[in-house]
Amino acid sequence: MTMPLVLVAVMVVLYACGVYLMLDRTLTRLLLGFLLVGNATNLLIFLMSGSFGAAPIGGGPAEGMSDPLPQAFILTAIVITFGVSAFLLALIYRSWRLAQDMDDRVQDDEADLELATTEALTTDEVTDEDLAEAPEFSDDDDDESPQQDPDPHPAAHDAPPAARDAADAAPHHDTKSRSSAAAREGETQ
Amino acid sequence: MMTVLVPLVVLVPLASAAFALAVPGHRKLQQGITLFSLTAVLALSGTLMWLVDAHGTLVMEVGGWAAPFGIALVVDRVSALMLVVSSVVLLGVFVFSIGQGLADGDEDTPVSIYYPTYLVLGAGVFNAFIAGDLFNLYVGFEILLVSSYVLITLGGTAQRIRAGVTYVIVSLVSSVLFLATIGLIYGATGSVNMAQLTVRIAELPSEVQLLLNLALLIAFGIKAAVFPLSFWLPDSYPTAPAPVTAVFAGLLTKVGVYAIIRSQTLLFPQSSVDTLLMVVAGLTLIVGILGAVSQLDIKRLLSFTLISHIGYMIFGIGMANAAGFAATIYYIAHHIIVQTTLFLAVGLIERQGGTTSLAGLGGLLRAAPVIAVLFFIPMLNLGGIPPFSGFIGKLGLFTVAAEIATPEAYWLIGIGALVSLLTLYALARAWVLAFWRPKKRAEAEARSLKSPTTETLILREREEALLERLQDAPGATPNQEKKEIPRLMFAATAGMVAVSIALTIFAGPLYAYAARAGQDMAAPGEMVQLVLGDTPGSLGGGSGDTRPGEDTR
Repeated sequence: MTMPLVLVAVMVVLYACGVYLMLDRTLTRLLLGFLLVGNATNLLIFLMSGSFGAAPIGGGPAEGMSDPLPQAFILTAIVITFGVSAFLLALIYRSWRLAQDMDDRVQDDEADLELATTEALTTDEVTDEDLAEAPEFSDDDDDESPQQDPDPHPAAHDAPPAARDAADAAPHHDTKSRSSAAAREGETQ
Repeated sequence: MMTVLVPLVVLVPLASAAFALAVPGHRKLQQGITLFSLTAVLALSGTLMWLVDAHGTLVMEVGGWAAPFGIALVVDRVSALMLVVSSVVLLGVFVFSIGQGLADGDEDTPVSIYYPTYLVLGAGVFNAFIAGDLFNLYVGFEILLVSSYVLITLGGTAQRIRAGVTYVIVSLVSSVLFLATIGLIYGATGSVNMAQLTVRIAELPSEVQLLLNLALLIAFGIKAAVFPLSFWLPDSYPTAPAPVTAVFAGLLTKVGVYAIIRSQTLLFPQSSVDTLLMVVAGLTLIVGILGAVSQLDIKRLLSFTLISHIGYMIFGIGMANAAGFAATIYYIAHHIIVQTTLFLAVGLIERQGGTTSLAGLGGLLRAAPVIAVLFFIPMLNLGGIPPFSGFIGKLGLFTVAAEIATPEAYWLIGIGALVSLLTLYALARAWVLAFWRPKKRAEAEARSLKSPTTETLILREREEALLERLQDAPGATPNQEKKEIPRLMFAATAGMVAVSIALTIFAGPLYAYAARAGQDMAAPGEMVQLVLGDTPGSLGGGSGDTRPGEDTR
């Protein structure tokens, strides 16, 4: 049997363009890339079916028929790709709504960036001090007594809880924010 | 005769999902349907496990089409065990989520879709476990992935959308790769039935085998979060609601591991990538746990331990003998339960302490001693402290490795022991900081850590203003205020802890079962015969006469 060269070339081009687009950070391009790659894969399955003959429905001699199984695969794959693309579109739209002043790019994980820019892990310092104090449980309860505050940044108290929550996954303790602590305090007050 | 039960494990949750979707707004009714369905599946899979262990592998030919042509559903000992464990997890997490009131609209979840999606996720997982051909496995993967896309972006808050984008795109890449590999395998062999592939792939040239094997390994490796392909996981899992994270952590990566086991034992027993698997296992173990040690957030920390412990399973697969598979199977069962329990306990911590960041937690031992215990037991279990199932699983793996006595095996024993220690260190640090540290200190620390910059303040204000405009974004900020913890959440977590202890108490029979399963895996001939009929070699099947390799026309 012969493999139609045109289809192979189309598949290759689709794969190449699809992969190129998927390497982009823009979400819309990612979606387009996914669609191209998905169709290239469908074409790959079709090429892999090996025989090109009469339609497998409607009788006739079995020898001249196409292999129906890959076509069933392709149908299933098309349906799945369709559903996933619809979901992706909704996701992209939502992402774009949430970040209107930016474009529709993949956002970085703040906690990762935070960790990458941290000079040393602050928790280790915490651990040592606290382990020494830990067994006492003396000032454990949540009474409202005015606390002697070791916190050098009183500005942070004023931040509404919701605002603090947003940064919760990514506590700001990187070197940059520390070095500019004094300047910040002036600005926020 | 009993094969009738096999497709029911998929059909029951799918049908219930449809019913639950048909009654939006009736939360109690939806919960009832879900509870009934998950209980029924648990009973079904328990029955299947008993049947399979007593009478051997069950094969169901869907629609009565003979095996190589039609779709075969196969339940052997491994899939039966996976079915039981995953239905236990789904049920436990479901009870937890009822307790949390996830679906009652007071949080960031749309009312009507949570339970149906959850059921569809279950159906996808079960379908992947009973799939007897590669394409059906792919469909199972897609079902569970699509519902996981929905679950991970529940509520559509900024954080979850960001995490969801990463997760969806990485999963898509792996799915496309899997599908393309199925196409290539079909082109090379003219079949996708796994039993028939056992025979036919063996006839291929070894380079082709290796190529197909590696392509499948990459596709499954992304899903299982094996080291170089694991970076998506800690980015995406922690932002989802606690029960969703728990069920994802327990089940989804294990489906990937299960697929790796199947492909290594059934499809490519001759094409040896064992050394590669061992190296990858070692790297996964080390890199994962180092990530965990450096994390401040408990959910992220647990996500990294999850990656790290996938390494143990790959280690077991890499040893490629019956005892190794047995240890892996036991380890998977143990890890599904324990990892889920830990995430549920973290859900309780989040409720009690208002955050999952270790910087902001403290003094919980006095405030909530029950949570301390509920976190402590699975923590010791995951770290591999002797009486628990984690120890038994690791001991099993190390024993087999010592019997193999190759340099890689000895290396991995060392790495495995080290990682076990580091797991305990990372989790114990989290436990001490969250439960033992005096509350006030923690608050002071948190403030000094969290003093925000002006830019972030401005950004946040802008985001809040934006979110107010987006009326359809309920609860845009993550759930942070402290709330009453319903009894049901405690009960569900305690139940899961009890199950993990049961894994220890019944370790003898369970490990024996896993050993029998491992023998089945190491010698797939019996199953091949069952699926294909009496004469596996001579059955032409599929479209053998239309193989592209043959120059017939």
